Amino acid sequence: MGRYFRRKLLIYGLTFFIAVSINFAVPRLMPGDPVARMLTRNSVSNLESSEAMRGYFNDIFGLDVPLWKQYLNYWVALFQGDLGVSVFAFPAPVSSVVADALPYTLALLLPSILLSWIVGNAMGAMAARNKFLDNGALPIGYVLTAVPYMWLAILLAWVGGIILGWFPVAGGYSFALTPAFTWTFIVDLVHHWVLPFLSLFLVALGGWAIGMRNLVIYELESDYANYLQALGAPNRLVRRYAFRNAVLPQVTGLALQLGVVVGGALVTEVVFAYPGLGSLLLNAVSNQDFFLLQGILLFIVIGVLVFNFLADIVYVLIDPRTRLGLEGGQS
Amino acid sequence: MSAEVVLQTEVVGRRNEHLYFALRNPKVAIGLGIVLALLVLGLVGPFFLSDSPNEYVGPKSEAPSGEYWLGTTYFGQDVFTQFVHGLRSSYLVGALGGGISFVIGLAIGFAAGYRGGMVDEILNMITNVVLVLPALAVLIVISSYLEVRGVVTQAVIIGIFSWPWVARAVRAQTFTLRNRDYVDLARLTGKRAPQIIMREIMPNMASYLLMSVILLFGGAILFAAMLDFIGLGPTNAVSLGTMMQQSMAWSSLHLGMWWWFVPPGLAITLIVGALYITNVGLDEVFNPKLREM
Repeated sequence: MGRYFRRKLLIYGLTFFIAVSINFAVPRLMPGDPVARMLTRNSVSNLESSEAMRGYFNDIFGLDVPLWKQYLNYWVALFQGDLGVSVFAFPAPVSSVVADALPYTLALLLPSILLSWIVGNAMGAMAARNKFLDNGALPIGYVLTAVPYMWLAILLAWVGGIILGWFPVAGGYSFALTPAFTWTFIVDLVHHWVLPFLSLFLVALGGWAIGMRNLVIYELESDYANYLQALGAPNRLVRRYAFRNAVLPQVTGLALQLGVVVGGALVTEVVFAYPGLGSLLLNAVSNQDFFLLQGILLFIVIGVLVFNFLADIVYVLIDPRTRLGLEGGQS
Repeated sequence: MSAEVVLQTEVVGRRNEHLYFALRNPKVAIGLGIVLALLVLGLVGPFFLSDSPNEYVGPKSEAPSGEYWLGTTYFGQDVFTQFVHGLRSSYLVGALGGGISFVIGLAIGFAAGYRGGMVDEILNMITNVVLVLPALAVLIVISSYLEVRGVVTQAVIIGIFSWPWVARAVRAQTFTLRNRDYVDLARLTGKRAPQIIMREIMPNMASYLLMSVILLFGGAILFAAMLDFIGLGPTNAVSLGTMMQQSMAWSSLHLGMWWWFVPPGLAITLIVGALYITNVGLDEVFNPKLREM
């Protein structure tokens, strides 16, 4: 078990290191001079003031020291929680802008990931070896996994928001209200939350159902299932054993799918103008707010790594083989 | 001489058998049919329509009619022309992005699985790192720094970040195959590693590789659509994702212009869904246990 966790932690540490390095390297490797670009955007024509501004920007971005020192400074600033200042929400620091948006994204992501996983697995397990359910559920599952996240979000907003008028189509809460811990505000919050949640939930659902169905069928073909059946064990019991074995790869799958689901949440938020990381990202992209952009990437990477680690712990809890250092759970 | 002939007819026979079952499998037939039909539309369509999909040709915000098959945009651009051009770039991204990630995944998977030992440790570590890295977020950061973005650059950066699961799967398969008798025999006869991999190992997982190409193709299309939607699409071309982005940016939702945002998403869903269904069908073709006939 110790080896298992050491390996995992090493991988996560490396991933974090690489993500930070990408953050550092991309702006410096890209063609063109970012400072020059900023100067042209500010349209400074006076040569003297242009030089002064260049010096100012070089200083503020720490570009006037050698590259290795810039890299070290970058890490030091990172561990001090200094991610730079947002251009789009000037003069708020990036960390506080991201922290404001984070709760909304988490409130969308966590329920939709967990619920779609649970419901999808249950549906998939039921559909396996069940001709009637299988024929109905499988095509729907394939369509759902093939839908681009934002398109389902657009369709839901169109049908549920515009045509039926049941739900609001934009924002995290009504502009008439100010965020407060009151009953009306919470109801309003949930009202705005339903459609984006539903859209994320539905897209992820299909994949889990299909995966579970295939895994259960595979398990039901294995020797132990045949043996149990030959002994005359009730069907329910055999299926329960099959299900418990099939859940293991699905836990690993949950961790691996995380990056995709986070990406889906970003575009879904953009559709609904939901005030989470996705909308922030859109603002950062359209305002060329690179500090903010990198801060968001960093938060996403940290979130994904933490969640991966939680999945590893769950895996150890439900699979005794990893605890005893046997096969299974090999990174 | 005669043994060689027998061997060849056997190979041909097996290939024909797969083809025989593939063409008679309804899932493969329907899936491939949809994919090919849309591909032909994307390839041939632009020759009959305008070369510049962003041209303002007609009345603004017009509903679909005989003249404008899918209506016009808020600015009076023909949606059908944009759609056809968008299909073209989607297929290009899928083929190129999927192809690049397939080649990278294949190379790393074979090297790790066949060499084993230290090479495997390092490559496996790299694979796992790229696997946990949230690809879309990294792609967004990289492409937001590119001043000019084309369909090809987009495909390349998608390809660079979506290979890990192929590498993992290929590595696992190579592990099980590399100690088979016929591989040992090939090694004894003095064949080099690349030759053994190409001639002895790869054909034994050909069905698996074909199916991964299909999944990578669909995945690259979805990825590109998401990037386009955030506003990081190609700056010089129309794609299905940028169409959706434009339609949302000019509030087609509130104006009820469904013909602007429904077709592009529907096309992506159709292409990717058809690819998945083809994949299931191919699984049945290659694995006789699953055949229903």
